[in-house]
Amino acid sequence: MPEATRTRLFLVFGGVFLLLFCYSVMDLPPWGDYRGPYGDVIARVGVYERHATDAVNAINYDYRAFDTLGEEFILFTAVLGVMMLLRREEGTATRDAGKVKDAMRLSTSVRTAAMPTILLTVVFGFYIGLHGQLTPGGGFQAGVILASVPFLLYICENTESFRRVTSHTCLEVIEASGAGAYVLIGLAPFVMGMPFLTNFLPLGTTGDVFSSGTIALISACVGFEVTAAFLLVGYTYLQEIITGEITEE
Amino acid sequence: MPSVFHLLPFFVAAWLFFCGLYGLVSSKHLVHSVICLAILQSSTYILLLGIGYRVGGTAPIFADIAPGTLTVDPVVQALMLTDVVVEAVVVALLLAMVVKAHEKSGTVSPDDLRTLRG
Amino acid sequence: MIWIGAGLLVLVAVSGWGVVRTRDVTSQVIALGFYGVLMALVFFFFQAPDVALSQITVGAVALPLMVMLAISRMKFRAASQRDKGERDA
Repeated sequence: MPEATRTRLFLVFGGVFLLLFCYSVMDLPPWGDYRGPYGDVIARVGVYERHATDAVNAINYDYRAFDTLGEEFILFTAVLGVMMLLRREEGTATRDAGKVKDAMRLSTSVRTAAMPTILLTVVFGFYIGLHGQLTPGGGFQAGVILASVPFLLYICENTESFRRVTSHTCLEVIEASGAGAYVLIGLAPFVMGMPFLTNFLPLGTTGDVFSSGTIALISACVGFEVTAAFLLVGYTYLQEIITGEITEE
Repeated sequence: MPSVFHLLPFFVAAWLFFCGLYGLVSSKHLVHSVICLAILQSSTYILLLGIGYRVGGTAPIFADIAPGTLTVDPVVQALMLTDVVVEAVVVALLLAMVVKAHEKSGTVSPDDLRTLRG
Repeated sequence: MIWIGAGLLVLVAVSGWGVVRTRDVTSQVIALGFYGVLMALVFFFFQAPDVALSQITVGAVALPLMVMLAISRMKFRAASQRDKGERDA
Protein backbone atom coordinates (compact mmCIF):
# COMPACT_ATOMS: atom_id res chain seq x y z
CA MET A 1 0.00 0.00 0.00
CA PRO A 2 1.63 3.30 -0.99
CA GLU A 3 2.43 5.61 1.80
CA ALA A 4 0.00 8.45 0.97
CA THR A 5 -2.95 6.04 0.87
CA ARG A 6 -1.88 4.59 4.19
CA THR A 7 -1.74 8.01 5.84
CA ARG A 8 -5.10 9.09 4.44
CA LEU A 9 -6.78 5.86 5.55
CA PHE A 10 -5.31 6.31 9.00
CA LEU A 11 -6.55 9.91 9.22
CA VAL A 12 -10.11 8.79 8.50
CA PHE A 13 -10.17 6.00 11.03
CA GLY A 14 -8.02 7.89 13.49
CA GLY A 15 -10.49 10.76 13.43
CA VAL A 16 -13.35 8.32 14.14
CA PHE A 17 -11.34 6.87 17.05
CA LEU A 18 -10.67 10.36 18.43
CA LEU A 19 -14.36 11.26 18.34
CA LEU A 20 -15.37 8.00 20.00
CA PHE A 21 -12.74 8.52 22.72
CA CYS A 22 -13.97 12.05 23.41
CA TYR A 23 -17.54 10.78 23.56
CA SER A 24 -16.61 8.04 26.02
CA VAL A 25 -14.88 10.34 28.53
CA MET A 26 -17.87 12.67 28.78
CA ASP A 27 -19.37 10.82 31.73
CA LEU A 28 -16.25 10.96 33.88
CA PRO A 29 -16.32 13.25 36.94
CA PRO A 30 -15.22 16.73 35.88
CA TRP A 31 -11.58 17.67 36.21
CA GLY A 32 -10.75 18.75 39.74
CA ASP A 33 -13.43 16.69 41.47
CA TYR A 34 -11.72 13.53 42.65
CA ARG A 35 -14.25 11.36 44.45
CA GLY A 36 -12.54 8.00 45.02
CA PRO A 37 -12.18 6.74 48.62
CA TYR A 38 -8.79 5.06 48.60
CA GLY A 39 -6.62 8.14 48.15
CA ASP A 40 -8.30 9.87 51.08
CA VAL A 41 -8.01 6.80 53.31
CA ILE A 42 -4.29 6.44 52.72
CA ALA A 43 -3.67 10.17 53.13
CA ARG A 44 -5.42 10.01 56.48
CA VAL A 45 -3.85 6.88 58.00
CA GLY A 46 -0.55 6.49 56.14
CA VAL A 47 1.51 8.68 58.45
CA TYR A 48 0.29 6.95 61.60
CA GLU A 49 0.45 3.38 60.34
CA ARG A 50 3.83 3.47 58.62
CA HIS A 51 5.58 6.52 60.13
CA ALA A 52 6.36 7.75 56.60
CA THR A 53 5.45 11.31 55.70
CA ASP A 54 5.60 10.76 51.94
CA ALA A 55 2.33 9.05 51.10
CA VAL A 56 3.33 8.31 47.50
CA ASN A 57 6.46 6.38 48.49
CA ALA A 58 4.60 4.63 51.30
CA ILE A 59 2.20 3.33 48.66
CA ASN A 60 5.01 2.42 46.29
CA TYR A 61 7.19 0.48 48.69
CA ASP A 62 4.71 -0.75 51.27
CA TYR A 63 1.01 -0.77 50.45
CA ARG A 64 1.57 -1.76 46.82
CA ALA A 65 5.13 -3.07 47.02
CA PHE A 66 4.23 -6.07 44.87
CA ASP A 67 3.55 -3.83 41.87
CA THR A 68 6.90 -2.12 42.35
CA LEU A 69 8.58 -5.52 42.41
CA GLY A 70 7.01 -6.24 39.04
CA GLU A 71 8.15 -2.92 37.61
CA GLU A 72 11.69 -3.45 38.86
CA PHE A 73 11.80 -6.80 37.11
CA ILE A 74 10.56 -5.17 33.91
CA LEU A 75 13.63 -2.93 34.18
CA PHE A 76 15.88 -5.91 34.87
CA THR A 77 14.54 -7.87 31.91
CA ALA A 78 14.78 -4.91 29.55
CA VAL A 79 18.46 -4.43 30.42
CA LEU A 80 18.98 -8.17 29.95
CA GLY A 81 17.37 -7.85 26.52
CA VAL A 82 19.61 -4.93 25.52
CA MET A 83 22.76 -6.77 26.59
CA MET A 84 21.71 -9.92 24.76
CA LEU A 85 20.82 -8.10 21.54
CA LEU A 86 24.05 -6.12 21.33
CA ARG A 87 26.43 -8.73 22.67
CA ARG A 88 29.68 -9.60 21.01
CA GLU A 89 29.57 -13.34 20.37
CA GLU A 90 32.50 -15.53 21.26
CA GLY A 91 34.78 -16.27 18.39
CA THR A 92 33.71 -13.50 16.00
CA ALA A 93 36.68 -11.73 14.52
CA THR A 94 37.03 -8.08 15.39
CA ARG A 95 38.78 -5.46 13.39
CA ASP A 96 40.02 -2.03 14.18
CA ALA A 97 37.50 0.71 13.47
CA GLY A 98 40.03 2.68 11.47
CA LYS A 99 40.33 6.44 11.45
CA VAL A 100 37.12 6.90 13.43
CA LYS A 101 38.26 7.58 17.00
CA ASP A 102 37.17 10.18 19.56
CA ALA A 103 40.41 12.08 19.96
CA MET A 104 38.80 15.50 20.17
CA ARG A 105 38.45 16.95 23.64
CA LEU A 106 35.64 19.35 24.41
CA SER A 107 36.31 23.03 25.16
CA THR A 108 37.69 24.18 28.50
CA SER A 109 34.49 25.92 29.56
CA VAL A 110 32.44 22.72 29.22
CA ARG A 111 34.96 20.77 31.23
CA THR A 112 35.26 23.43 33.93
CA ALA A 113 31.49 23.59 34.31
CA ALA A 114 31.08 19.81 34.43
CA MET A 115 33.62 19.06 37.18
CA PRO A 116 31.86 20.71 40.18
CA THR A 117 28.56 19.46 38.78
CA ILE A 118 29.80 15.91 39.33
CA LEU A 119 30.31 16.51 43.05
CA LEU A 120 26.94 18.23 43.42
CA THR A 121 25.18 15.48 41.50
CA VAL A 122 26.63 12.68 43.63
CA VAL A 123 25.66 14.42 46.88
CA PHE A 124 22.21 15.28 45.55
CA GLY A 125 21.65 11.73 44.34
CA PHE A 126 22.45 10.22 47.71
CA TYR A 127 20.29 12.83 49.47
CA ILE A 128 17.29 12.06 47.28
CA GLY A 129 17.80 8.32 47.72
CA LEU A 130 18.03 8.43 51.50
CA HIS A 131 15.08 10.77 52.05
CA GLY A 132 12.58 8.81 50.01
CA GLN A 133 10.19 8.21 52.86
CA LEU A 134 10.16 11.82 54.09
CA THR A 135 10.11 14.12 51.05
CA PRO A 136 9.67 13.54 47.31
CA GLY A 137 12.37 11.21 46.11
CA GLY A 138 13.22 7.58 46.62
CA GLY A 139 15.09 4.86 44.84
CA PHE A 140 13.97 5.37 41.24
CA GLN A 141 14.85 9.05 41.02
CA ALA A 142 18.14 8.65 42.90
CA GLY A 143 19.15 5.81 40.59
CA VAL A 144 18.74 7.93 37.48
CA ILE A 145 20.53 10.91 39.04
CA LEU A 146 23.51 8.81 40.12
CA ALA A 147 23.64 7.06 36.75
CA SER A 148 24.29 10.36 35.00
CA VAL A 149 27.57 10.92 36.88
CA PRO A 150 29.85 8.68 34.76
CA PHE A 151 28.43 10.32 31.65
CA LEU A 152 29.38 13.72 33.05
CA LEU A 153 32.85 12.26 33.62
CA TYR A 154 32.85 11.08 30.01
CA ILE A 155 32.18 14.68 28.96
CA CYS A 156 35.01 16.02 31.13
CA GLU A 157 37.66 13.50 30.30
CA ASN A 158 37.89 10.81 27.65
CA THR A 159 36.57 7.28 27.28
CA GLU A 160 39.41 5.86 29.37
CA SER A 161 38.09 7.46 32.54
CA PHE A 162 34.55 6.25 31.75
CA ARG A 163 35.80 2.74 31.30
CA ARG A 164 37.77 2.88 34.54
CA VAL A 165 34.81 4.10 36.60
CA THR A 166 32.26 1.63 35.26
CA SER A 167 33.67 -1.86 35.63
CA HIS A 168 31.35 -4.24 33.81
CA THR A 169 31.48 -7.10 36.31
CA CYS A 170 30.91 -4.75 39.24
CA LEU A 171 27.82 -3.25 37.59
CA GLU A 172 26.34 -6.67 36.84
CA VAL A 173 26.86 -7.76 40.46
CA ILE A 174 25.28 -4.56 41.82
CA GLU A 175 22.26 -4.84 39.53
CA ALA A 176 21.60 -8.48 40.29
CA SER A 177 22.03 -8.02 44.03
CA GLY A 178 19.69 -5.02 44.00
CA ALA A 179 16.94 -7.03 42.37
CA GLY A 180 17.64 -10.11 44.50
CA ALA A 181 17.71 -8.16 47.75
CA TYR A 182 14.20 -6.84 47.04
CA VAL A 183 12.91 -10.41 46.74
CA LEU A 184 14.79 -11.48 49.88
CA ILE A 185 13.34 -8.60 51.88
CA GLY A 186 9.95 -9.79 50.70
CA LEU A 187 10.63 -13.42 51.63
CA ALA A 188 12.02 -12.62 55.09
CA PRO A 189 8.59 -12.22 56.77
CA PHE A 190 7.84 -15.87 55.87
CA VAL A 191 10.17 -16.88 58.71
CA MET A 192 7.95 -15.02 61.16
CA GLY A 193 4.72 -16.35 59.70
CA MET A 194 3.63 -13.09 58.05
CA PRO A 195 2.64 -12.50 54.42
CA PHE A 196 5.07 -11.61 51.59
CA LEU A 197 6.51 -8.06 51.72
CA THR A 198 5.17 -7.19 55.18
CA ASN A 199 6.86 -4.23 56.83
CA PHE A 200 8.45 -6.19 59.68
CA LEU A 201 11.33 -3.91 60.73
CA PRO A 202 10.86 -1.43 63.63
CA LEU A 203 9.13 1.68 62.36
CA GLY A 204 11.07 4.36 64.24
CA THR A 205 9.98 7.97 64.80
CA THR A 206 8.24 9.89 62.04
CA GLY A 207 10.59 12.35 60.40
CA ASP A 208 13.87 10.53 61.02
CA VAL A 209 15.97 9.40 58.09
CA PHE A 210 16.10 5.80 59.32
CA SER A 211 12.39 5.33 59.91
CA SER A 212 9.45 3.46 58.43
CA GLY A 213 10.99 0.00 58.41
CA THR A 214 11.48 -1.72 55.09
CA ILE A 215 10.45 1.32 53.01
CA ALA A 216 13.92 2.90 53.29
CA LEU A 217 15.62 -0.46 52.72
CA ILE A 218 13.63 -1.32 49.61
CA SER A 219 14.19 2.21 48.32
CA ALA A 220 17.96 1.78 48.67
CA CYS A 221 17.90 -1.58 46.85
CA VAL A 222 15.88 -0.11 44.01
CA GLY A 223 18.30 2.83 43.80
CA PHE A 224 21.30 0.54 43.36
CA GLU A 225 19.53 -1.52 40.75
CA VAL A 226 18.35 1.43 38.65
CA THR A 227 21.83 3.04 38.69
CA ALA A 228 23.50 -0.15 37.54
CA ALA A 229 20.79 -0.76 34.91
CA PHE A 230 21.24 2.63 33.23
CA LEU A 231 25.04 2.38 33.32
CA LEU A 232 24.95 -1.10 31.79
CA VAL A 233 22.70 0.07 28.97
CA GLY A 234 24.99 3.05 28.31
CA TYR A 235 28.08 0.87 28.39
CA THR A 236 26.54 -1.63 25.97
CA TYR A 237 25.68 1.09 23.47
CA LEU A 238 29.12 2.69 23.72
CA GLN A 239 31.06 -0.56 23.66
CA GLU A 240 32.21 -0.30 20.07
CA ILE A 241 33.13 3.35 20.43
CA ILE A 242 35.02 2.76 23.68
CA THR A 243 37.05 -0.22 22.59
CA GLY A 244 37.42 0.90 18.98
CA GLU A 245 36.83 -2.55 17.54
CA ILE A 246 33.95 -3.63 15.36
CA THR A 247 32.88 -7.21 14.82
CA GLU A 248 33.51 -8.53 11.37
CA GLU A 249 30.28 -9.39 9.52
CA MET B 1 -23.58 19.11 30.09
CA PRO B 2 -19.90 19.09 30.94
CA SER B 3 -17.97 21.72 29.04
CA VAL B 4 -14.63 21.38 27.33
CA PHE B 5 -12.92 22.97 30.30
CA HIS B 6 -14.11 20.27 32.67
CA LEU B 7 -12.72 17.51 30.51
CA LEU B 8 -9.57 19.21 29.17
CA PRO B 9 -6.93 16.70 30.40
CA PHE B 10 -8.87 13.79 28.90
CA PHE B 11 -9.16 15.53 25.54
CA VAL B 12 -5.44 16.40 25.63
CA ALA B 13 -4.66 12.75 26.40
CA ALA B 14 -6.78 11.62 23.44
CA TRP B 15 -5.03 14.14 21.17
CA LEU B 16 -1.55 13.01 22.28
CA PHE B 17 -2.55 9.37 21.68
CA PHE B 18 -3.71 10.28 18.19
CA CYS B 19 -0.46 12.21 17.52
CA GLY B 20 1.65 9.26 18.60
CA LEU B 21 -0.33 6.86 16.41
CA TYR B 22 -0.06 9.20 13.41
CA GLY B 23 3.69 9.42 13.90
CA LEU B 24 3.98 5.62 14.06
CA VAL B 25 1.94 5.11 10.89
CA SER B 26 3.64 7.75 8.76
CA SER B 27 7.20 7.28 9.95
CA LYS B 28 10.17 6.93 7.61
CA HIS B 29 12.87 6.31 10.21
CA LEU B 30 12.74 3.65 12.88
CA VAL B 31 14.14 5.89 15.64
CA HIS B 32 11.41 8.44 14.83
CA SER B 33 8.78 5.75 15.39
CA VAL B 34 10.30 4.79 18.74
CA ILE B 35 10.13 8.40 19.92
CA CYS B 36 6.48 8.58 18.80
CA LEU B 37 5.87 5.50 20.96
CA ALA B 38 7.22 7.48 23.92
CA ILE B 39 4.73 10.29 23.15
CA LEU B 40 1.95 7.69 23.07
CA GLN B 41 2.99 6.45 26.49
CA SER B 42 3.05 9.92 27.97
CA SER B 43 -0.60 10.47 27.04
CA THR B 44 -1.55 7.98 29.77
CA TYR B 45 0.26 10.07 32.38
CA ILE B 46 -1.93 13.10 31.60
CA LEU B 47 -5.05 10.93 31.74
CA LEU B 48 -4.21 9.39 35.13
CA LEU B 49 -3.17 12.64 36.73
CA GLY B 50 -6.28 14.34 35.40
CA ILE B 51 -8.40 11.78 37.23
CA GLY B 52 -6.59 12.30 40.51
CA TYR B 53 -6.54 16.09 40.65
CA ARG B 54 -8.61 18.02 43.17
CA VAL B 55 -9.08 21.79 43.04
CA GLY B 56 -7.60 23.38 46.16
CA GLY B 57 -5.75 20.20 47.08
CA THR B 58 -2.05 20.18 47.84
CA ALA B 59 0.71 17.61 47.35
CA PRO B 60 0.33 14.41 49.45
CA ILE B 61 3.56 14.98 51.39
CA PHE B 62 2.85 15.35 55.09
CA ALA B 63 6.28 16.56 56.19
CA ASP B 64 4.98 20.02 57.02
CA ILE B 65 1.20 19.76 56.90
CA ALA B 66 -1.07 17.81 59.19
CA PRO B 67 -2.59 14.55 57.91
CA GLY B 68 -6.19 15.30 57.10
CA THR B 69 -5.75 18.43 55.00
CA LEU B 70 -7.18 18.31 51.50
CA THR B 71 -4.72 16.60 49.14
CA VAL B 72 -4.78 15.18 45.65
CA ASP B 73 -4.84 11.43 45.10
CA PRO B 74 -1.52 9.72 46.01
CA VAL B 75 -2.41 6.28 44.58
CA VAL B 76 -2.34 7.47 40.96
CA GLN B 77 1.00 9.23 41.50
CA ALA B 78 2.50 6.04 42.91
CA LEU B 79 1.44 4.15 39.78
CA MET B 80 3.08 6.69 37.50
CA LEU B 81 6.35 7.18 39.34
CA THR B 82 7.77 3.77 38.45
CA ASP B 83 6.25 3.92 34.99
CA VAL B 84 8.23 7.00 33.98
CA VAL B 85 11.59 5.39 34.78
CA VAL B 86 10.68 2.03 33.23
CA GLU B 87 9.62 3.77 30.01
CA ALA B 88 13.19 4.99 29.43
CA VAL B 89 14.66 1.51 29.69
CA VAL B 90 12.00 -0.02 27.42
CA VAL B 91 12.80 2.67 24.84
CA ALA B 92 16.46 1.60 25.17
CA LEU B 93 15.43 -2.00 24.42
CA LEU B 94 13.50 -0.93 21.32
CA LEU B 95 16.48 1.15 20.16
CA ALA B 96 18.74 -1.89 20.60
CA MET B 97 16.45 -3.73 18.16
CA VAL B 98 16.69 -0.79 15.75
CA VAL B 99 20.51 -0.79 15.98
CA LYS B 100 20.56 -4.53 15.29
CA ALA B 101 18.23 -4.14 12.30
CA HIS B 102 20.51 -1.41 10.93
CA GLU B 103 23.51 -3.67 11.44
CA LYS B 104 21.99 -6.60 9.57
CA SER B 105 20.33 -4.78 6.68
CA GLY B 106 22.01 -1.40 6.43
CA THR B 107 18.78 0.61 6.34
CA VAL B 108 16.60 2.31 8.96
CA SER B 109 13.49 2.86 6.89
CA PRO B 110 10.53 0.68 7.95
CA ASP B 111 9.27 0.41 4.37
CA ASP B 112 12.44 -1.34 3.24
CA LEU B 113 12.31 -3.79 6.12
CA ARG B 114 8.70 -4.68 5.58
CA THR B 115 8.70 -8.18 4.12
CA LEU B 116 10.17 -11.21 5.83
CA ARG B 117 11.99 -13.06 3.13
CA GLY B 118 12.06 -16.79 3.65
CA MET C 1 -5.00 29.25 39.00
CA ILE C 2 -6.78 26.69 36.93
CA TRP C 3 -6.30 28.83 33.83
CA ILE C 4 -2.53 28.33 34.12
CA GLY C 5 -3.13 24.59 34.17
CA ALA C 6 -5.39 24.76 31.14
CA GLY C 7 -2.81 26.83 29.27
CA LEU C 8 -0.04 24.36 30.12
CA LEU C 9 -2.16 21.45 28.88
CA VAL C 10 -2.81 23.18 25.55
CA LEU C 11 0.93 23.88 25.28
CA VAL C 12 1.65 20.17 25.86
CA ALA C 13 -0.78 19.22 23.10
CA VAL C 14 0.88 21.62 20.63
CA SER C 15 4.36 20.48 21.66
CA GLY C 16 3.43 16.82 21.22
CA TRP C 17 2.29 17.53 17.67
CA GLY C 18 5.57 19.39 17.11
CA VAL C 19 7.67 16.42 18.25
CA VAL C 20 5.82 14.04 15.94
CA ARG C 21 6.17 16.30 12.91
CA THR C 22 9.94 16.76 13.28
CA ARG C 23 11.44 14.45 10.68
CA ASP C 24 15.18 14.79 11.32
CA VAL C 25 16.00 12.46 14.18
CA THR C 26 18.70 14.56 15.85
CA SER C 27 16.39 17.60 16.07
CA GLN C 28 13.62 15.38 17.33
CA VAL C 29 15.74 14.48 20.36
CA ILE C 30 15.96 18.15 21.32
CA ALA C 31 12.21 18.51 20.84
CA LEU C 32 11.68 15.45 23.03
CA GLY C 33 13.78 17.04 25.77
CA PHE C 34 11.69 20.20 25.62
CA TYR C 35 8.50 18.12 25.72
CA GLY C 36 9.81 16.27 28.77
CA VAL C 37 10.52 19.45 30.72
CA LEU C 38 7.09 20.82 29.77
CA MET C 39 5.46 17.62 31.07
CA ALA C 40 7.38 18.07 34.31
CA LEU C 41 5.86 21.57 34.64
CA VAL C 42 2.40 20.08 34.10
CA PHE C 43 3.12 17.51 36.80
CA PHE C 44 4.13 20.29 39.19
CA PHE C 45 0.84 22.04 38.44
CA PHE C 46 -1.02 18.79 39.21
CA GLN C 47 0.58 18.79 42.70
CA ALA C 48 2.72 15.69 42.00
CA PRO C 49 6.33 16.48 43.03
CA ASP C 50 7.51 12.85 43.04
CA VAL C 51 6.40 12.24 39.49
CA ALA C 52 7.78 15.63 38.37
CA LEU C 53 11.20 14.73 39.80
CA SER C 54 11.12 11.42 37.92
CA GLN C 55 10.05 13.10 34.70
CA ILE C 56 12.78 15.77 34.88
CA THR C 57 15.56 13.25 35.42
CA VAL C 58 14.28 10.75 32.88
CA GLY C 59 12.78 13.02 30.23
CA ALA C 60 15.58 15.56 30.11
CA VAL C 61 18.60 13.37 30.93
CA ALA C 62 18.08 9.65 30.41
CA LEU C 63 15.75 9.45 27.41
CA PRO C 64 17.61 11.88 25.09
CA LEU C 65 20.85 10.22 26.21
CA MET C 66 19.61 6.76 25.20
CA VAL C 67 18.39 7.97 21.82
CA MET C 68 21.62 9.86 21.10
CA LEU C 69 23.70 6.81 22.07
CA ALA C 70 21.74 4.67 19.61
CA ILE C 71 22.05 7.24 16.81
CA SER C 72 25.78 7.70 17.41
CA ARG C 73 26.35 3.94 17.37
CA MET C 74 24.64 3.68 13.98
CA LYS C 75 26.65 6.62 12.61
CA PHE C 76 29.91 5.20 14.00
CA ARG C 77 29.32 1.91 12.26
CA ALA C 78 28.32 3.63 8.99
CA ALA C 79 31.40 5.86 9.07
CA SER C 80 33.63 2.89 9.78
CA GLN C 81 32.16 0.93 6.85
CA ARG C 82 32.81 3.90 4.61
CA ASP C 83 36.43 4.08 5.79
CA LYS C 84 36.85 0.37 5.23
CA GLY C 85 35.45 0.75 1.71
CA GLU C 86 37.96 3.53 0.99
CA ARG C 87 40.87 1.55 2.34
CA ASP C 88 39.98 -1.58 0.41
CA ALA C 89 39.48 0.28 -2.85
